Amino acid sequence: MSTTTQRPTAADSRTTSKAARVLGDRRLPVLVTAGLFLVMYAVGLSRYQNYGFAEAQVFLNLFIDNSYLLVAAVGATFVILSGGIDLSVGSVIGFTTMFTAWLVERQGLPIVVVIPMALAVGAFGGFLMGYVIQNFEIQPFIVTLAGLFLFRGLCLVISKESISIGDSSVSSMAQTQVSLGGAFLSIGAIVALVVLAAAFYVLHYTRFGRRVYAIGGNEQSALLMGLPQGGTKIAVYTMSGFCSALAGLLFTLYIQSGDPLHATGMELDAIAAVVIGGTLLTGGSGYVIGTLFGVLVLGLIKSLIQFEGTLSSWWTKIATGVLLCAFILIQRAMTSRRKT
Amino acid sequence: MTTTPRWRALTHHHLFWPVAVLVILLLVNVPFTPDFFAIKMTDGHLYGSLVSIVLFGSPLILVAVGMTLVIATGGIDLSVGAVVAITGALTCSYISDQADQSALSGVFLALGIGLVAAIVCGLWNGFLVARMGIQPIIATLIIMVAGRGVAQLITDGQIITVNSEPYKLIGGGYWLTLPFSIFIVAAVVAVTVVITRRTALGLLVESVGGNAEASRLVGIRSMRIKIMVYVFCALCAGIAGLMISSNTSAADGNNAGLWIELDAILAVVIGGTSLLGGRFSIGGTVVGALVIQTLTTTIYTIGVPTQTNLVFKAAVVIIVCLMQSPKFRAKVFGAKLGGKQAAAPAPAETAPAAEASPKMEVS
Repeated sequence: MSTTTQRPTAADSRTTSKAARVLGDRRLPVLVTAGLFLVMYAVGLSRYQNYGFAEAQVFLNLFIDNSYLLVAAVGATFVILSGGIDLSVGSVIGFTTMFTAWLVERQGLPIVVVIPMALAVGAFGGFLMGYVIQNFEIQPFIVTLAGLFLFRGLCLVISKESISIGDSSVSSMAQTQVSLGGAFLSIGAIVALVVLAAAFYVLHYTRFGRRVYAIGGNEQSALLMGLPQGGTKIAVYTMSGFCSALAGLLFTLYIQSGDPLHATGMELDAIAAVVIGGTLLTGGSGYVIGTLFGVLVLGLIKSLIQFEGTLSSWWTKIATGVLLCAFILIQRAMTSRRKT
Repeated sequence: MTTTPRWRALTHHHLFWPVAVLVILLLVNVPFTPDFFAIKMTDGHLYGSLVSIVLFGSPLILVAVGMTLVIATGGIDLSVGAVVAITGALTCSYISDQADQSALSGVFLALGIGLVAAIVCGLWNGFLVARMGIQPIIATLIIMVAGRGVAQLITDGQIITVNSEPYKLIGGGYWLTLPFSIFIVAAVVAVTVVITRRTALGLLVESVGGNAEASRLVGIRSMRIKIMVYVFCALCAGIAGLMISSNTSAADGNNAGLWIELDAILAVVIGGTSLLGGRFSIGGTVVGALVIQTLTTTIYTIGVPTQTNLVFKAAVVIIVCLMQSPKFRAKVFGAKLGGKQAAAPAPAETAPAAEASPKMEVS
C-alpha cells in the first residue's frame, strides 16, 4: 500500500473492470495533467498563431517565468507526499528576496557569499519547523502557519520598503542566457530543472524517497516497520525550507529586488501546482513529474491570458481555482475507487 | 473536583489561560499609556482603548466564532478571507450603482445579496467536505484561491468606494454611545451560544467532530451538521465582510480580509478549542480574538515598529501551541508533574473540557 511507485496489485486488476483499472492507475492524474497541458497549448497555438505563440521561446519562457514556482513546488511535493503541508513557502521566498537584497545592497556582500547564507537560513527554518512538528506533535498546518507569520514579519523587520538590486554581478547572472538552438533558457530555469531531476532521483531511486512515500501512505505502518519516521519528516521540512529559499533566490534574480510583499500567497500556488500535478493531498501517492506539469499548466494559463490581452489578471486566480477543484474531484473519484 | 482547592479549580477552568493572557497583555499597556483603561465620553460616543480594541476586533471575532464550529467538527475553513472580500465587493458594487446610495431599501437589498453570496460559498464548501468527502483544508482552498479572483472580477480590479449613511452604520457607526458593530457581534455570539448550548446542536457538532462515522451510526445526520457549520462560518465571514467594507466605505477585492483566516484559526486555538475537533469553546474564541486584537494594539501603543507585529504573532502561535502540546509539557515540565500527579499531561488536557462541555457559557 505504501510503496506507491508500483501499480495496483495483480489481484486487483483481475477482479475489477477495465474502467476501474484505469481509474485506479496512480499515473492517471499525471497523464490527465499532461494531456490538459497539451490541449491548452494546442488551443494557444490555434488561437494566437499569428502572434508568435508557436515560437520555441514562448514555450521556454514557461520555464523561465516559473522557475521559482517550480522549485518551490518541488519542495512542497516532498512535504505533501509525506502527508504534511507547508504554508511558509511564500514567506520564506519573500524573506529570501529581502535578505539577499539587503545583504548585497546595504551590506555590500558579494552574491556568491550571500547565496549559501540564504539557503542555510531557509533550510534551518524548515528544520526548526520540522523539529517542532515531529517532537511536539503539533499539526504541520499550525507550525508552518507560525513560520509564515515569522518570515513575513522578518521581511518587514529588515525593511518596510522594497530594495532594488543594482549589483552588476547579480544582473549579469540574471541576464545570462543559455542558448538552445534558436531559443534560450535563463540560469534560473536551468537550476529549476536540475532541482526537478534531483528530486526525481531522490524520490524514486533512494531509500529516503521510499520512506517519504511510506510515511505519507500510512504513518503507523511505517512506524511499525521500523522506518526512521522522525528523521525523515524533519528532513522533508528541511528540504522544503531549502527549496523555498532557493526559489527565493531565483525569484530575486528574476525580479532583481527584495520586497516585503514578494511572493505573498505563493504557498497556495505551489500547493495548487502539486495538486494539479496529481499528488494526493493525503500523502503517499504522486509523482514529481506531475508537479512539473502542474507548474507548466499554471504558467500556461498566465501566458494564454497575456496573449489574449483583454482578459484581466484575476482570471488567473479563478482559472487556478477551477482547475484545483477539477483535480481534487478526480483524485476523490480515484481514491474512492481504490478503497472499494 | 470537589476535593480540590478553589484555586486549582480556577486555574483548570478552560478559560483561565486565555483570559490570563488577555489580562497580562492589557496590563502591559498601562506603563506606556497610563490612561489605557480610561473611557471618555465625547459627542455622545464612548472612546477609549478598550472600546477600540472591541471595535477593530469585531470582524475577527465574527469570523473566529464561525471558524470555531467548523473546527469543532474536525474541519477548517481557509476560504473566509475570500468570502469577506466577495461579500464586501458585491454589496459595495450594488450600493455604488444606486442613484440614491443612502436609500434604505437599496442598502438592505445589497446586504441581502452579499450575505446570500456568502451562504452560497458556505454551501459549496460544505458540499465538498460533507458530500464529496474531501479534506476540509483542500476543499476550502479552492474558494481561497478563486474567491479573491471573483471579488476582483466583481469590482473590476478597482477599489469601489461607497457613500451611504445607513451602510456606514454597520462598521463605523454608533448606537447607544457604543460602536454599532459591537452590538452585531454581541448578537451573533449570543445567538451562537444559545443555539449550541441550550439546544442539543452543540453536542451534535462535538459528536460529529469526535467521530463522524460513529455519530452517523447512532443516527446523527453528520453530513447535514457539517454542511450547516460551513454555511454558518461563511455567513459569519460575510457579516464580517460587510463590517470591514462598511468601516472603510470601500471594497477592496485584493486586500479585504487578507489573512483573516489565519488570525481566526489562531484565535480559536488560543481560545482552547482543539484543532482535532470534538469540542469547542465560543467564549474561549472570543477571548482569543480579543487577545490577538490587543496584541496588535499593544504593539502600536508601546512604540514597537508595527512591522514586527507578525513576528510577535508567530511567537504567540508557537508558545500557545507548545503549551497545548501534551508532549511538550511532558518534556519540559515532565519531571515536576511526574512526581506530584502521575499521568499528568493527558488528563489535564481533557478533564476541563469534559467538565465544561455540558454547561458552557460565554465569558
